[in-house]
Amino acid sequence: MTTHPATERSGGRGGRSARNPVGRAGYVFVSGYVLLLLAFGVLPTGYAVWLALSNSRNQLVGMGNFTRTFADYRFGPAFLHIGLYLVVWLASLMILVVLLALMLHGRMRRTSTSLRFLFYLPGALAGVASVLLFLILLDPAASPVGWLLKSFGWNTLAQVNAPGHLPVLFTIIAFWTGAGGWIVVMYGALNSIPDEILEAARIDGANTLQIALRIQIPMITKWIAYMLILAFAAGTQLFVEPQLVSLASWGMIPDSWSPNQLSYQYAFQAGDFNGAAALSVDLLVLGLACAALVVFRTGLFDRDKG
Amino acid sequence: MNNDVPVSSRRQLRHAAVAVLGAVSLLGLAACGSADPTPAATSSPAAFKPVAQEKGSEITVWADATRVPGVQAYQKTHPDVKLKIVTYSGDANGANDLQTKVQLFDRTGSGWPDVAFSANVNDGTWASQGKTPYAAPVNQDVIPQSTLKGFADGALNPCTFNGNTYCVRNDLAQNVLWYNKKLMDDFGYSVPTTWEEYQALGEKVVKEHPGYLVGTAGDAWSAEVYFWASQCPASTATGARKVKVDLRDSKCTRMAKLLDSLIAKGSVSKDTVFSAGFVKNEASKVLMLPGPSWFGQVLFNSTFKIPKGQIAAASPLKFEGDTKNYTGNVGGGLWFVSSHSKNLKAASDLVTWMATSDAYQGTAGTYPAYKKAAVTWLANQKKTGYFAEDVSPVFMESAELIWPGWSATQYSQEAIYSSTVIPALNSGKTLTDTLDTWQTAITDKAKSLGYTVN
Repeated sequence: MTTHPATERSGGRGGRSARNPVGRAGYVFVSGYVLLLLAFGVLPTGYAVWLALSNSRNQLVGMGNFTRTFADYRFGPAFLHIGLYLVVWLASLMILVVLLALMLHGRMRRTSTSLRFLFYLPGALAGVASVLLFLILLDPAASPVGWLLKSFGWNTLAQVNAPGHLPVLFTIIAFWTGAGGWIVVMYGALNSIPDEILEAARIDGANTLQIALRIQIPMITKWIAYMLILAFAAGTQLFVEPQLVSLASWGMIPDSWSPNQLSYQYAFQAGDFNGAAALSVDLLVLGLACAALVVFRTGLFDRDKG
Repeated sequence: MNNDVPVSSRRQLRHAAVAVLGAVSLLGLAACGSADPTPAATSSPAAFKPVAQEKGSEITVWADATRVPGVQAYQKTHPDVKLKIVTYSGDANGANDLQTKVQLFDRTGSGWPDVAFSANVNDGTWASQGKTPYAAPVNQDVIPQSTLKGFADGALNPCTFNGNTYCVRNDLAQNVLWYNKKLMDDFGYSVPTTWEEYQALGEKVVKEHPGYLVGTAGDAWSAEVYFWASQCPASTATGARKVKVDLRDSKCTRMAKLLDSLIAKGSVSKDTVFSAGFVKNEASKVLMLPGPSWFGQVLFNSTFKIPKGQIAAASPLKFEGDTKNYTGNVGGGLWFVSSHSKNLKAASDLVTWMATSDAYQGTAGTYPAYKKAAVTWLANQKKTGYFAEDVSPVFMESAELIWPGWSATQYSQEAIYSSTVIPALNSGKTLTDTLDTWQTAITDKAKSLGYTVN
């Protein structure tokens, strides 16, 4: 958007800080983040890649750890579970978040502030605490919405937690704890659309639906893409929900339901950190591939169009 | 100008990405070792070599919230000992924090707690393994033989590997037949002594007093209550990291059939006794319940709130064809002394006090594994007056009746039962239908941890 840094860089690196003190301040602002990123992002990733390619005697083993974990009887089911979960979770996140944000923005201007606060509220709780809340909600005998669960014919926690229900259950938990923040972000994105454009559309005779589909959604595509990348990465790493629901139901959910849990089992039950690292690198590659796909298809980083 | 920069920076990015990918794939191709995880070194009976000892140094103790007051009581009576007490989950309800942390300490080479309590009776399996096992073999001059001999017969089995004892047992969880004496008297029933009588009574109660229960099959530990007592070879160790799993054995199918028929009739519940629904709706309708010794206080008294003078315990049931009655065991805590401890004397003294002293064990919530403390404990139970009859003879008898063919394994039978069998039961399948799936689940899990299954 701004041409300033661009001209700076093409003008050569040498005299930059002397000519532009603002640039130096930029480094200071970024330095804290960069340090943390190196310490807790880049270094552990590098270590994981190294572990995935070596064995416990520090010898390189090539793809050995990957083929070994791939052949594990839990590998297929774990990725199948997470795949199903992602389909349900990403679809409901995209549709509901955009829909709610549009409604907040267009239809409910008067109540919008309090509703936005309400949507955001569950997200303000610490992640684990809100999952714990769900442990009570899901037990028909203790839940305030027990009548709803019973109307589905589920009278015990065991029936609610049936293996086929899990992707939907985890989606509900994740939506409740995480979607509020995204609704606020989307609302902000909708606010960035100039009023003139919406007005022009209205004068041209576009109705609310047409404005939403033809103008608002196309103009916030990048935000939706951004949400998709982060939600995909967070979704593939699902760990807390199955782990806690499993503990609360006395182990009714397998201890390696999601790939991240399987990785945890490798590291801490079998003491096999190399296998665990191979699984986490699998997840890294998946996340990067999805991000690359979305970035290049939606032009998320194209500056001229933004 | 504006377009130049993104392109060149994108090119740089691409170059960097190619370089990183190239480096990683080179590493990937440069294979020269085997990808097999470290072969699990079986603990050798070689003599235990303690690290250099520092007399009077501070020891770190990890215990769960239930056991911490005991450690604090020890501190009060032993003010000279420097203790650092850490409260943690105690590995209860399937948590594996101790193992998780020890794995990390093994990597960093420091940080092990000198003394650790674990509520998971299987924890000895991993703590006795590895290059330097976490647990010190306490039989090698750490805790006197005379003390170790004072534990109930078989109580130290889950601690014994290759002839060494790697932990001491905090409590026993021998299964007995719990029953509600008041209800039994009201209905005019007599307490069964065989599984056949138990089944007949379970069928009778459905007709005469529908809604009353004689057992539950939806607890994680149901396998250890029913199948262990039936002498089902679901977890029989046949050597170091060798296990026999045969759920098609007639000793397993007889119990599966018995439970299936009672589940179908409705006098055995598919729920777990600790679920909110069960506590709310079914607790007062429990006529009989085979289960561990801690059910008495923990379940009937504290959770179900059954009034004083109603609950009693009977001897474990036997099958008519068998010569002897056997029972199973649900958990039972362990105390470990770290092999890395710099003050083994203080650590072993604390562990001995916690596991054997009348002062602590005599009033603990669970049945002490140490015989002398158990006598004190039973006398104290009698004093509370909660039970309708003195439970001492039954508890002492069943402590010696635990079938030895069910071994502690690094994986949890409870986790497998609850993630495999309970969902199947709740989807309408019978136990008999599920035996094959269950067998596969145990076999797969065992193999994934390096066990040989036969």
